[in-house]
Amino acid sequence: MYGSSEKNYLTYPTGVKSWLFTLDHKRIGIMYLVLILLAFAAGGFFALTLRLELFRSGEQFLDQDTYNKFFTLHGAIMVFLFIIPSIPAALGNFCLPLMLGAKDVAFPRLNLASWYVYVLGAAITLYSVAMGAVDTGWTFYSPYSTQSGGEVISMTFGVFVLGFSSIFTGLNFIVTVHKMRAPGMTWYNLPLFVWGTYATAVIQVLATPVLGITLLLLILERAVGIGIFDPAMGGDPVLFQHFFWFYSHPAVYIMILPGMAIVSDLIAVHSHKKIFGYKLIAYSSVAIALLGFLVWGHHMFISGQSEFSSMVFSFITFFIGIPTGIKIFNWVTTLYKGQISLNTPMLYALAFIILFTIGGLTGVFLGALGLDVHLHDTYFVVAHFHYVMMGGTVIAFLGGIHHWWPKIFGRMYSELWGRIAFVFIFVGFNMTFFNQFMLGSQGMPRRYHDYSGFYKTDLFERYHGFSSFGALILGVGFAIITIYLIASLFNGKKASDNPWGGLTFEWATTSPPPTENFSYEPVLKHGPYDFDKVLPEDI
Amino acid sequence: MQGQGTFNLPPAASTIAPAYDSLFYFIYWLSVFFFVVITVATIAFVIKYRRKKGEAFKLTTGFCHNTPLELVWSVIPTLLIFVIFIWGFQMFMRYWVIPGNAMEVRVTAQQWNWNFKYPEGASREILVVPKGRPVKLLMQSVDVLHSLFIPDFRVKMDIVPNRYTSLWFQADQEGEYDLYCTEYCGQKHSRMTTRVSVRSESEYRKWLEENSVTPTGDVLYKRYGCNTCHSLDGGTGNGPTFKNLFGSTEKMSDGTMVEVDDNYLRESILDPKAKIVDGFEPVMPTFKNTLSADELDSLIDFIKTQAE
Ligand code: HEC
Ligand SMILES: [Cu+2]
Repeated sequence: MYGSSEKNYLTYPTGVKSWLFTLDHKRIGIMYLVLILLAFAAGGFFALTLRLELFRSGEQFLDQDTYNKFFTLHGAIMVFLFIIPSIPAALGNFCLPLMLGAKDVAFPRLNLASWYVYVLGAAITLYSVAMGAVDTGWTFYSPYSTQSGGEVISMTFGVFVLGFSSIFTGLNFIVTVHKMRAPGMTWYNLPLFVWGTYATAVIQVLATPVLGITLLLLILERAVGIGIFDPAMGGDPVLFQHFFWFYSHPAVYIMILPGMAIVSDLIAVHSHKKIFGYKLIAYSSVAIALLGFLVWGHHMFISGQSEFSSMVFSFITFFIGIPTGIKIFNWVTTLYKGQISLNTPMLYALAFIILFTIGGLTGVFLGALGLDVHLHDTYFVVAHFHYVMMGGTVIAFLGGIHHWWPKIFGRMYSELWGRIAFVFIFVGFNMTFFNQFMLGSQGMPRRYHDYSGFYKTDLFERYHGFSSFGALILGVGFAIITIYLIASLFNGKKASDNPWGGLTFEWATTSPPPTENFSYEPVLKHGPYDFDKVLPEDI
Repeated sequence: MQGQGTFNLPPAASTIAPAYDSLFYFIYWLSVFFFVVITVATIAFVIKYRRKKGEAFKLTTGFCHNTPLELVWSVIPTLLIFVIFIWGFQMFMRYWVIPGNAMEVRVTAQQWNWNFKYPEGASREILVVPKGRPVKLLMQSVDVLHSLFIPDFRVKMDIVPNRYTSLWFQADQEGEYDLYCTEYCGQKHSRMTTRVSVRSESEYRKWLEENSVTPTGDVLYKRYGCNTCHSLDGGTGNGPTFKNLFGSTEKMSDGTMVEVDDNYLRESILDPKAKIVDGFEPVMPTFKNTLSADELDSLIDFIKTQAE
C-alpha cells in the first residue's frame, strides 16, 4: 500500500520481527491501537447483545447466567482493555514524543515491555473468558465475588497484570515530559495534549498499585480464605468497596483527562485560534488528577459507610466539578473569533463539548447526597457514565484518531464518509443513552436481565426498546468508520505534512514521520497555539 | 399504582418524595439552563466564525484571557454548587434521622428473595404497611450484598451481611408499588423483586391478623420459592422432586446412604450444604434465617404428605 520508494517509520525496516521487537514509540503506538480496537470491538459486541436482549421485557435469547456474564465482560473489557489504555497507550505513544520534538520516549524498552505485559494480561483475561468467564460485574464486589462460581481468579489476575502495563506507560510518559522536551520548550509551551497525558500518567502510577493490591487480596481470599472481605470469614465487604474505588475513581480520570486533552488541541487547531485560558486548562488537569484521589466514597453513599464520610466525599466531589466546568467554558470561548473548519475531527470535538456537558451536569444530581439515594444503581448512573466515558472519552478518541490519522498513516480518509459516520454515531449515541436518564430516574435498576412483571414494566419497555434501537444505529456508525478508515490505507489521498494547519512539532515533520521523527533538530520558536502570530506554513 | 409521576420521576408516594422532587427539579432546570447556554454559544460561534470553503488560513485574534469573564464563570457555579451541596445534605439528613415513633419491620434479604417480619409476628415475602405511619426497615442479609429500593418512595439502602442497615419512609398514598433489589447479587438478581402494599390502618390490621397464623405448607412451598427447584410430580428440576421423598433411602454425593426422616428434612432445609444428594449441585440456599419454627414444621409436614 505504500510505495517502497518512501522511507518512513512504517515502511522501514520491514518484516514481522522488525515490528515485534521495535523500540519505536510510533510502531508501539500502532500495535497498541490494533489491540485496543479489537478489544473495543469485543466489548461492543457484548454491549449490542445486551441491548438486543433488553429490547423487550422477559427473556429474549440470553438466559440470566449468560446475561450476567456478558455485562461483566462488557464492563471489564471496555474499562481495562480498551478505555484505560486507549488514548495514552495508542495516541499518546504516537504523539507525545513527536509533540515534544523528541526522538522517542525516555525508556523505549519499558515501552515495548508495557505492550507485551498488555498482551499477557489480555491473554489471561481471554483464558478466563474461554474457561467460563465471571458473572460478578466488572466491580468484583465481595462477598459475591468470593463465593460465586466461575473464573474469578484468572479474570482478576488478568486485570492485575494489565495494571502493570498501565503503570509502565505512565512512568515512561512522566520521565519523557520532564526530560525529553526540545530546546526552548518550557512547561507553558507544552501542547495541552501533553499536559493532560502527563496528569493522567501521574494517576496511573499512583493509583494502579492499589487496584493491584486489592485484586491480589481478592485472589488470596478465594484461594486460601484469608477473610479480609467476606463476612462469612470475618471480613468486611465495605472495605473491598473502599479499596476498589480508591483506584477506580481516579481511574475515571485516567479515562477522561486524555479525552479532555485531545479536545483542547482539536478545538484550538481546527478553530485556528489561540486556546482560551491555557494555564487554567493545564492546571485544572492537575487539580482534577489530585482531587480525583479524594472522592472515591461518592460511589458508596448508601453502602453503609458512615454518613459523615458521605458528607465529606460529596463536598469534595462538587469541588472537582469546578475545574471541569472551567474547561468547558474555555473551550467554548476559544471558538470566539476563530476560523473554524468543520471537518470530521472538529465535529467530534464539538460533540465532546455537548455530550460531556450533559455527562458533567448529570453528575451534579448524583453528587448531591440526598438525590443519590434514589438514583444510585439505576440506569441514571449508567447513562451518566456512558455520557462521560463514551460521549467524552470515546468521542475524543475518535476525534483524535481522525485528527492524527494523516500523520500516523500518511493518508487521508474520505471526509464525506467521515461526516456521515459522525451523524450516525452522534444520533445513535444520544438515542441509546439519553432516555436512559429517564429510565433510571423512573426507577429501573441496572444489571437487570429481565424487567417483566413489574408495575412499571410497560414504561421501562418503551425506554429500553428505544435505547436498543439507538444502539443499532451506533453500531452502523462504527461499521462505517471501520470501512472507510481501512479503505483509506489502500486508496486514500496522500496526506500533506500539515493538513489541518497545526503549529505543534508533529505537524512540522513529514507524514508519516521518519523513524527518527525529525530529519533535523527541532527547536521551539513559538507557542503551541500562537495562531495570532504564526501561519501554518511558517512552523 | 396510585398517582401520576412526572416525565422524569415516578409518583411521589411518600412524605420525603415531594422534597426530593423539588431538589431534583432545581438541579434539572439549572442543568437545562447551562446546557442551553453552552450549546447555543457553541453553535453560534461555529456558524459565525466558520472558515469559508477554500479560504486560506489567516492570523486570528490572540484573545485568550479576560479576568471578569473568568471570574463570572468560576464564582457563579461555585456558589450554585454550595447551595446544591447544602440542600443535598439536608435531604440526606431527612433520610438518615429515623423518627422515634417509627414502626419497625425486620427485613431479611437472601439470594433471591425478600422476607419481612412484622411487629406482631407475621412474616411474609411482601411488604405491607399502613398509610400515614413512619416505618423503619431494619435490614440484614444472610449471604451477599443486596440493596432495597422503592422508587415511588425515593428510598434505597444497601444491605450488608453481618450487620444491620436501616431506612425509613412514611407512605402517604394507598396503593401497590414495586420494590427492587439494586445491588447485583448473582444469577436471579433481576427476579429479586417484590411488592409494597400501602393500606389504610384498618385494612393493615386486618391483614396482620390474617397473616399471624402460620400458613399451610402448600402456601409456604410457593411463597419461599421451593417450587422453582422442587417439583411435586416426580419431575427433576434444579433439585430433587418431593414426590415420595419421605421414607425413601437416598444416595449422597459422598457415597453414603441416608434414610429420609424428619431430622434429615430439617437439616436439608436449614443447612442444605451438609449433605448433598447425589447428582445435584449444592445450589440450594439456606432457609435458617427466613423460616420461623412453625413454618418449618408446616413445610416438613407438607413434604411428608407428598409420599404415599
Ligand atoms: C435454587 C433451587 C432450590 C430452592 C429454591 C430450594 N431447593 Fe431444596 N434442594 C435444591 C437442590 C439442588 C437440592 C439437592 C442438593 C442438596 O442436597 O443440597 C435440594 C435438596 C433439598 C432437600 C433434600 C432432598 C433429597 O432428595 O434428599 C429438601 C428436603 C429440600 N431441598 C427442601 C427445600 C425446601 C423446603 C425449599 C423451600 C423452602 C427448598 N428446598 C428450596 C435446590 C433448591
Ligand atoms: Cu439482591
